[in-house]
Amino acid sequence: MEIVVLLKQVPATESLIGIADDGVSIKSDDIKWVINPYDEFAVEEALRIKEAHGGSVSILSVGSEKTVEAIRTALAMGADKGILINMPDGDVYDGLTTARILSAGLKETPFDIIIAGQRAVDDDNFQVGPATAEFLDIPHISMVIKQEITNGNIKCHRTVDGGTVVLEAPMPVLFTTQRGINEPRYASLPGIMKAKKKPIDMKTITDIGLDPETVGKPLTKIVSLKMPPERKGGIMIEGDSAQAKAAEIVKILHDEAKVL
Amino acid sequence: MSQNILAIAEQIEGVFRKVTFEALSEGRRIADHLGCELNALVLGDNIESISKELEQFGADRIIVAENSALFEYLPDAYGNVISDVINKETPDVVILGASTQGKDIAARLSARLNAPLAMDCVAIRFEDNNLMATRYMYGGKILADVMLNGKPQILAIRPNAMTIASAAGTGSIEKFEVNTGATLMKFIEKHLDTGKVELTEADTVVSGGRGMGGPDFAVIEELAQVLEGAVGASRSAVDEGWRSSSDQVGQTGKVVSPNLYIACGISGAIQHLAGMSSSNVIVAINKDPEAPIFSKADYGIEGDLFEIVPLITEEIKKLKG
Repeated sequence: MEIVVLLKQVPATESLIGIADDGVSIKSDDIKWVINPYDEFAVEEALRIKEAHGGSVSILSVGSEKTVEAIRTALAMGADKGILINMPDGDVYDGLTTARILSAGLKETPFDIIIAGQRAVDDDNFQVGPATAEFLDIPHISMVIKQEITNGNIKCHRTVDGGTVVLEAPMPVLFTTQRGINEPRYASLPGIMKAKKKPIDMKTITDIGLDPETVGKPLTKIVSLKMPPERKGGIMIEGDSAQAKAAEIVKILHDEAKVL
Repeated sequence: MSQNILAIAEQIEGVFRKVTFEALSEGRRIADHLGCELNALVLGDNIESISKELEQFGADRIIVAENSALFEYLPDAYGNVISDVINKETPDVVILGASTQGKDIAARLSARLNAPLAMDCVAIRFEDNNLMATRYMYGGKILADVMLNGKPQILAIRPNAMTIASAAGTGSIEKFEVNTGATLMKFIEKHLDTGKVELTEADTVVSGGRGMGGPDFAVIEELAQVLEGAVGASRSAVDEGWRSSSDQVGQTGKVVSPNLYIACGISGAIQHLAGMSSSNVIVAINKDPEAPIFSKADYGIEGDLFEIVPLITEEIKKLKG
């Protein structure tokens, strides 16, 4: 079973995000960069599939050279090799462009299953997984919390608004992970040592047969970033007893805030 | 084909999602700005009878794609039929709700049609005749204005972010000849919690955090019930296994913007605040007067949630008579 994980490096979710002077990107200093949390589930699930069915796990990323750190972490968890499609720092690409690059990057890599996070927690596009599957002309199932593989088919439990749906598709297939699918393992010390010797293949846009000119012209463009309206702390409800506080808040929500 | 807007409706077992009415209303506003038609597309099986409802939200033509193979949502069959409709209608803008289904199909369609997509947008406006979509990034920490180049421009709108407006549309029903094309996927089964209010669409969300101290969320559930709202949870509560991950509010969970958000025993980590800061009114209940959540809440109550929440529930019951 050849398994490919699409992996992105993102700012850790506990990071404070500020806007850079150009107004369209974020301040990158003081940020701790990590594997996108949903992609971490994808790496773990890939390793579990490999453990159950044999095969190998490749990590595929698009990004600057810094992304090597995230790929190395995935290799330390147990993945076999990495491929980085190297984009010079500062290049702006949207979800569709990322999907186009990833699918072109897979032209020479055999795969039965591709696993991606349901979204990256920086762009929040929810786009790259399904769009990559479309470019590769394979089925996809998103927001998966459980999968079963039998006879060349995969059955996935997918979360939908208000419940779960079970879908089945033949391989090759792409699925995206949802929280709840597994608990990602930590990289062990021997794992970290081994990861240093595992191969990471560095490629450029031209290497994978794309025109840098086209890739540089995404269909969506961020024209400005702003901080959301700052919420200021409001009123502390005073009262001699819990009963008094409860009565007061309900009165305020009804009479003043008018939300009841 | 002249300029037009296409709104994709979403129905589950013959009932339209609330976000569908929001998408149509926003589609109507865009169509009025451009002076063109708003058309609606409904997919499913046995749905013609419900389709007429969409004229109340400004739909001019209602395109009905009926087929037993469309009874349940499958990305390949739906993708094939929707792109057939889009290729025939050549809309300038395709608008739909960013539900789990909407996000899934919007992403796939953007690649199929090589079309720009603004996912989960919260506002849409025109600037020098260019459509500008506003959307959150970094789980709600940053707001971005995004310009879309190309056609059709796909807008997936966040549930609860845009207002529903009644508008009289022509409402003529047209049957679309469905060809589901080449498909590989199969629907096996589904488990839906019927009667449960969906977190992202709820007008009120009552959430519990570490302060719950265990999996017993009865006080939260009772308050949510009298408010006809949904129950949410912080990451700690989900990590502890007290609640299912589908209840999680925050940067690695769901982003919600209800009219009223009540945070109980939630300290207010950045990643949680990112998921609920766009709520209209926020109430926080916490034992710790220093909890960061108080600096974001409109109303704060210091105290024991197990004592205060049931009393609030009682007060609301009294109010509702």
